[in-house]
Amino acid sequence: MSKKLTLDALRQLREDKQKELSKRDPANKDIQVIIGMGTCGIAAGAKNTFAAFLDILDAKNITNVLVRQTGCMGLCHSEPTVEVITHDMPPVIYGNVNKEACEKIISQHILEGKLVDDLICDRPAIDIIR
Amino acid sequence: MHASIADVIVDIVQNSIEANATHVELTIVTNPDRLMVTVKDNGKGMDATQLKRAFDPFYSEPGKHDKRRVGLGLPLLIQMVEQTGGQTDITSTPNLGTTVSFWCDQHHPDIPPLGDLPLALVSLMAYPSNCEISLARFNGNNSYDVTKSELVEALGSLEEPANLTLSRRFFKSQEESLYEEQ
Repeated sequence: MSKKLTLDALRQLREDKQKELSKRDPANKDIQVIIGMGTCGIAAGAKNTFAAFLDILDAKNITNVLVRQTGCMGLCHSEPTVEVITHDMPPVIYGNVNKEACEKIISQHILEGKLVDDLICDRPAIDIIR
Repeated sequence: MHASIADVIVDIVQNSIEANATHVELTIVTNPDRLMVTVKDNGKGMDATQLKRAFDPFYSEPGKHDKRRVGLGLPLLIQMVEQTGGQTDITSTPNLGTTVSFWCDQHHPDIPPLGDLPLALVSLMAYPSNCEISLARFNGNNSYDVTKSELVEALGSLEEPANLTLSRRFFKSQEESLYEEQ
């Protein structure tokens, strides 16, 4: 029989996690990973992309990243799409972000500050999105 | 077509959030024969003409998306339900809100899998908006319910990976408990 996790138990887990994190890394959350979760993104597997970011960030104990969701970014042909915003680089949209791509984005872009060239998408031109 | 029913649910709830709802009630009921979902919001609603157009995949409400003109959410839902012997019911009143409900026959060979419902629920609860989401989930005689504000009160920001991971554990354990002996 599985042990059902209640909201109280969840609160306790959160406090334990907070204590653990505050010992290790008080850094500000200065990096944003924004995942396109419109109909097109969901149909192309954006939910798995969302899960992959959570799993990898957790496994690597990276604590200065916020994971956000947004709707369609206008790049339906390259879903799942992910925008990465860091304080020292221009905002970049990556396309076709599967689990392998998540690994690359985290290890190269977020940790090393290097663009993942083969995944970069151009933003849609204004005359096209009109 | 979406790969799972969980994906369809995410899509429909996002419609409610994008319709400026401040409260969405999501009810998911499963039993061996049927899967029933209701999404009720207090968003801006639609009149009869707008409701009819919402079923057209080549129509998206002006201003909803600045980058495209098609809207596939409701058409994909209707396609899935029609192809699997179920039924969809959509009612809407301007300025009062919209209720989308559907049921599917669990025995139909073409019914998509339920999918990763815990992850879908985390995604919904964490979707950026001030909209309260109340989930009521039933499987046979077992059930649980939770609101977005309860999760935020317990965990804090639902944009932090650690909190999202804990939310996922929460929903996973609640879902597993639904399928324990009744």
